[in-house]
Amino acid sequence: MALDSKIPNGPIADKWTNYKDHINLVNPANKRNLDIIIVGTGLAGGSAAATLAELGYNVKAFCFQDSPRRAHSIAAQGGINAAKNYKGDGDSVYRLFYDTVKGGDYRAREANVHRLAEVSANIIDQCVAQGVPLAREYGGLLDNRSFGGTLVSRTFYAQGQTGQQLLLGAYSAMNRQIGRGKVKMYNRHEMLDLVIVDGKARGIIARNLITGEIERHSAHAVVVGSGGYGNVFFLSTNAMGSNATAAWKIHKKGAFFANPCYTQIHPTCIPVSGDHQSKLTLMSESLRNDGRIWVPAKLEDAQAIREGKKKATDLSEEERDYFLERRYPAFGNLVPRDVASRAAKERCDAGFGVNKTGEAVYLDFAAAIERYGKEAAYVKGLDANDKTLVTKLGTDIVKSKYGNLFQMYLKIVDENPYVTPMMIYPAVHYTMGGTWVDYNLMTTIPGCFSIGESNFSDHGANRLGASALMQGLADGYFVLPYTIGDYLAPDIKMGEISTDLPEFVEAEKAVKDQIDKFINNNGTHSVDYFHKKLGKIMWDKVGMARNEKGLNEAIVEIAALREEFYRDVKVPGSANEFNQELEKATRVADFLELGELFAKDALHRNESCGGHFREEYQTEEGEALRDDDNFAYVAAWEYKGKPSDAVLHKEPLNYENIKLVQRSYK
Amino acid sequence: MKLTLKIWRQKNAQDKGGIVDYPIDGIEPDMSFLEMLDVLNEQLINKGEEPVAFDHDCREGICGMCSLFINGEAHGPDRGVTTCQLHMRMFKDGDTIFIEPFRAKAFPVIKDLVVDRSSFDRIQHAGGFISVNTSGNTIDANTIPVNKSDADKSFDAAACIGCGACVATCKNSSAMLFVGAKVSQYALLPQGKVEATERVLNMVHQMDLEGFGNCTNTGACEVECPKGISLENIARMNREYLSASLKG
Repeated sequence: MALDSKIPNGPIADKWTNYKDHINLVNPANKRNLDIIIVGTGLAGGSAAATLAELGYNVKAFCFQDSPRRAHSIAAQGGINAAKNYKGDGDSVYRLFYDTVKGGDYRAREANVHRLAEVSANIIDQCVAQGVPLAREYGGLLDNRSFGGTLVSRTFYAQGQTGQQLLLGAYSAMNRQIGRGKVKMYNRHEMLDLVIVDGKARGIIARNLITGEIERHSAHAVVVGSGGYGNVFFLSTNAMGSNATAAWKIHKKGAFFANPCYTQIHPTCIPVSGDHQSKLTLMSESLRNDGRIWVPAKLEDAQAIREGKKKATDLSEEERDYFLERRYPAFGNLVPRDVASRAAKERCDAGFGVNKTGEAVYLDFAAAIERYGKEAAYVKGLDANDKTLVTKLGTDIVKSKYGNLFQMYLKIVDENPYVTPMMIYPAVHYTMGGTWVDYNLMTTIPGCFSIGESNFSDHGANRLGASALMQGLADGYFVLPYTIGDYLAPDIKMGEISTDLPEFVEAEKAVKDQIDKFINNNGTHSVDYFHKKLGKIMWDKVGMARNEKGLNEAIVEIAALREEFYRDVKVPGSANEFNQELEKATRVADFLELGELFAKDALHRNESCGGHFREEYQTEEGEALRDDDNFAYVAAWEYKGKPSDAVLHKEPLNYENIKLVQRSYK
Repeated sequence: MKLTLKIWRQKNAQDKGGIVDYPIDGIEPDMSFLEMLDVLNEQLINKGEEPVAFDHDCREGICGMCSLFINGEAHGPDRGVTTCQLHMRMFKDGDTIFIEPFRAKAFPVIKDLVVDRSSFDRIQHAGGFISVNTSGNTIDANTIPVNKSDADKSFDAAACIGCGACVATCKNSSAMLFVGAKVSQYALLPQGKVEATERVLNMVHQMDLEGFGNCTNTGACEVECPKGISLENIARMNREYLSASLKG
């Protein structure tokens, strides 16, 4: 099967407009005869559910949490990009497009990214109209800040809780439709399979997580907005329940899975504290606006700090190595995430780490506190040379910008980051790879769409900060509502789809069989035991730096672990009740397959790009070395029974508007 | 650390339930409270017993999914945190810790420590929104300036995570802080004023239907709220409600 990305013809700036002018529309009276299932209620799924219901479709929305408001989009901290150019600093749709393609290390699809940049400004208008309280300046207009990988201030924010506020905006729009009966919400439900009838996605099998009942739900189209697969690493910044099951089930039913090896390791997370660790906590990238990253310049100082004989504040300026500012003078602490993460790892591997495990660097706010404090002293006509006063004034300003993040750090680490520098280390955060979709956001299964983090399309090999919120809302509010109509137009006379069709019966039986197998397995180890083992293989061999030998080992080890899992996992309780261990088992089963495909993809891609760093392919200075002649394509994998048999399909990436060059942030 | 846990176990909504004792050892001060429960559950599974069910998801204090009444306090003894951010360094070696679900008529127990908070969602369905379509044809975001102080207060109210600690803490099981926060978020913004009257009436009506109690100004909710939502929001809601009732 040849991949058809269905990119419209014409100049890039006109593609989306022309597309919208020529698609099929469904008239309002017919929309109410069409059902759409949406799995996941984060920024993408929630905004899609609200918009499609407003348009008149009957929406059934599913989430595994107890309320759609809990989706993990809520945890996004820093901000959302939009090409508004409110600052007058030279921003434009083209620049946002260009920065995103470059930031993605030239592995994203141009047409999709341009569309994203085009609708970005609308998102801000929409959210403000909904009552999302974005940060404002004293004049009453919206405030912006800058984020990694760009030279303009285009990031809108709501303190360190931007994801929360945007998600609650989408949730409110959804609530309005739930109240009108246009969205039927299924909380505490998990999609466990896709049902295909006559080659088209026509429904899902879901488990009611309270009663354990297996339910059949039909629709004319199925939309998956279930997020990313970062939890394949066990430890990540994802929520405990974040999982790849919906995305993986559609993959097994025919949706190609693209670029699984593109994973974002976020540079600023709180370091691991011990074996009990259940998840990792992000400290927003926005902190790099004001925080300076450093390690001791001398090995003996690093060692003294690790042993508790010296403190960070004991070291003078000359004894510190601000390694990002040293290596990348133009972007400094604001280099993209992949670059910052690798640089931190390089220093720690060389022995300069600053916590007990040697896997942490400092993020220091002392300079920012002084700078802001002095400014405030001048504005208020106070003595700018009074150090105590300046520190107090500066601390207040830093608190107003990042208060919740500093408090979070204090509670977790038990150290005051206003006084001593934070310790941070990279952690798995976001997955750029995901279900392959065409320009319409449709997977290789007709009628099955994938939106937000669960698809692959907009971020290439590395996502820029504040772009995930933008993409999730763009897909749900402004893109899918057009493209799904074009698909559904021929179905207006179909009528409701029966869940008694043999395809539903068969899919339901397969789900029940898998659940019964887990319940009756009587193994010796918990699900977490296997999940942690998988996570360790992934982090050690498929993590921040990968090589051929490690990847080959990982593939063998994951396959063996999967076998052991099915043989020896222990799931207490029964199928027909609230059973959290059973929920975990079905999710980890899918991670155990996904992890292997992930390693296989990383092994085949003999280059380094963005979040995929192969040790064999780097420049003399240790930067990622792309191979555009051989790898400027999307790797889309077709499922063939097991991950090792997956078949590779290539979608060539044609850059007509942006010239491919080596990414430089120096 | 060595601890004695006294945990509420209840098989399902119909079961009567009761406290069960679990001694536990080897707990480190750097563990979060939920990581301590993970350790307990791993031990229970290995012994062939049923693990304790509890709600949790983001484990960074923002999703609002975790709950727990710990030693008689919603989200435990620390202030300004959810249970997932509570760390074991707040306890001493040898402590006995009572762990119970959030209790309220409008939050029925599903299993063990897991409760059903969908009544909160239904209050939001009744009016927790601004009726603007997501067409993308709205006016430019900077057309209407919003006074920074109002925008900040609106944000503070919007920071509510919907965890239900206010209800669990209140002797009347009142949801006024939760509802007051949503009403205030919109009442403080120009775009929210258009529907202010119907919004407050509809939300309060639904709140009463769900079986939440009334507010008697004890203020415990504000103390226990992990996000520091202020009592001012209840006062603002009462003003909004009064003026809406007079208009209505």
